[in-house]
Amino acid sequence: MKKLELPLSDHDVRSLHIGESVFLTGRIFTARDEAHIHLLNMKDEDIPVDLDGSAVFHCGPIMRKEGGQWMVVAAGPTTSYRMSKLEPEFIERFGVRAIIGKGGMSQVTIDAMKDLGCVYLALTGGAAVIAARGIEKVNGVHLPELGMAEAIWDLQVRDFGPLSVAIDAHGNSLYEEIGQRVKSKLPFIKGKLGID
Amino acid sequence: MDEIILEDALVELLRRSVIELPEDVIWKINKALEAETNDVSKVQLKTILDNIALAKEMGRPMCQDTGIHIFFVKMPYDFDMRLEGIVQKAVSRATESVPLRPNAVDPITRANSGNNVGEHMPFVSYTFHDDDYLEVTAFPKGAGSENMAALAMLTPSQGIRGIKEFILETVLNAGGKPCPPTIVGVGIGGSCDLAMRLAKRSLLRPLDEPNPDPDLDAMENELETALNELGIGPMGLGGRTTVLGVRILRAACHTASLPVAINLQCWAARRATLRAYNDGRIEYI
Repeated sequence: MKKLELPLSDHDVRSLHIGESVFLTGRIFTARDEAHIHLLNMKDEDIPVDLDGSAVFHCGPIMRKEGGQWMVVAAGPTTSYRMSKLEPEFIERFGVRAIIGKGGMSQVTIDAMKDLGCVYLALTGGAAVIAARGIEKVNGVHLPELGMAEAIWDLQVRDFGPLSVAIDAHGNSLYEEIGQRVKSKLPFIKGKLGID
Repeated sequence: MDEIILEDALVELLRRSVIELPEDVIWKINKALEAETNDVSKVQLKTILDNIALAKEMGRPMCQDTGIHIFFVKMPYDFDMRLEGIVQKAVSRATESVPLRPNAVDPITRANSGNNVGEHMPFVSYTFHDDDYLEVTAFPKGAGSENMAALAMLTPSQGIRGIKEFILETVLNAGGKPCPPTIVGVGIGGSCDLAMRLAKRSLLRPLDEPNPDPDLDAMENELETALNELGIGPMGLGGRTTVLGVRILRAACHTASLPVAINLQCWAARRATLRAYNDGRIEYI
């Protein structure tokens, strides 16, 4: 189990390998489909957040305002695949070092992560209260006009996780490995079901 | 029965449905953890179980995707209240009070109504029964698993072989996306829409209850074992449990068709049921 502090360096990220367990402390930012599209369409001078060395969290949280302060009610990861087409450019342009999500990402993103020094950290899908527990404070919100789920939430986290390194910065993907293993088992399973 | 009493009870039912999982689901996830040997998969299952316990303790939704709101209703033949309006009000109130994430949007403009109410939403499935109480099951359904639903209009000659192939292919293609371990709801026969309705309805049967039809029960068990040998595992990160169960319902179909519908259910298999009696008594079961 590794504990890492944000922002992350290229060295931090390259020291990680698939299958390892990680906990993060520092600032992370939520971004789903709309936030990706909006930031990528903005001019550099209009970008409201500094994502250099940061972790982007694929998440549309449930938030609540209490006494003028935002708090996180539930914040599990959303399916990362939807952001696959946008992520390579996003990582490159903003210097993102870690993506937190679920389900993995496509080969173009795996390649970009290797080239640019970024990792994909899997957070257990649906584990929204465990995730919320690791969030100490809401620092702010950007693009609130996109709605609660799609806005960019700036979150202060402590020992956020457990996160599993599922795509590392060396071109390895746990999903890819599992996919190969699953494929190799198919003939046997089909035989068992009498459909080979 | 008073409309306000029912509305209040439905708000409470929605709250319970997103905060607390049914015992049979927790039991099956625990069994999966016991069987697991892979470290990454163990972390996933352990986190799921910790999350379930913490959600209950803190009274918070276990998953931030509190779903779209689907209800299964059984009502007496002489039921005379405008249930649809009451359900809509309850969903809107629960969105505020629980809170639920506002998920309902217009499919074309993507404009969010902000209260989980929209055209045909919440969606209520009605059936009648001879008992004198109203039974409502709240069944919030998240998008991760719902997006993996699939329909095949097979030819009759593809038969049982085609059905099994389609189920295997659907679970395989879904991989880690529907938040496994999943429950595989299958509707066989009927028409295209009836097959999908059955697939969803099949998810209502608790995981510790066998299928009353022995043939379907055997098929469920055979498929559960085979699908778990795929090794997709919790969250698609590998492991012994990919599905918590397979549920099958069937209907007669046209002699020239064989519809098969699959509706996957994530591990957060949320369902909560209440009975409302004429004297205003509410029972959560």
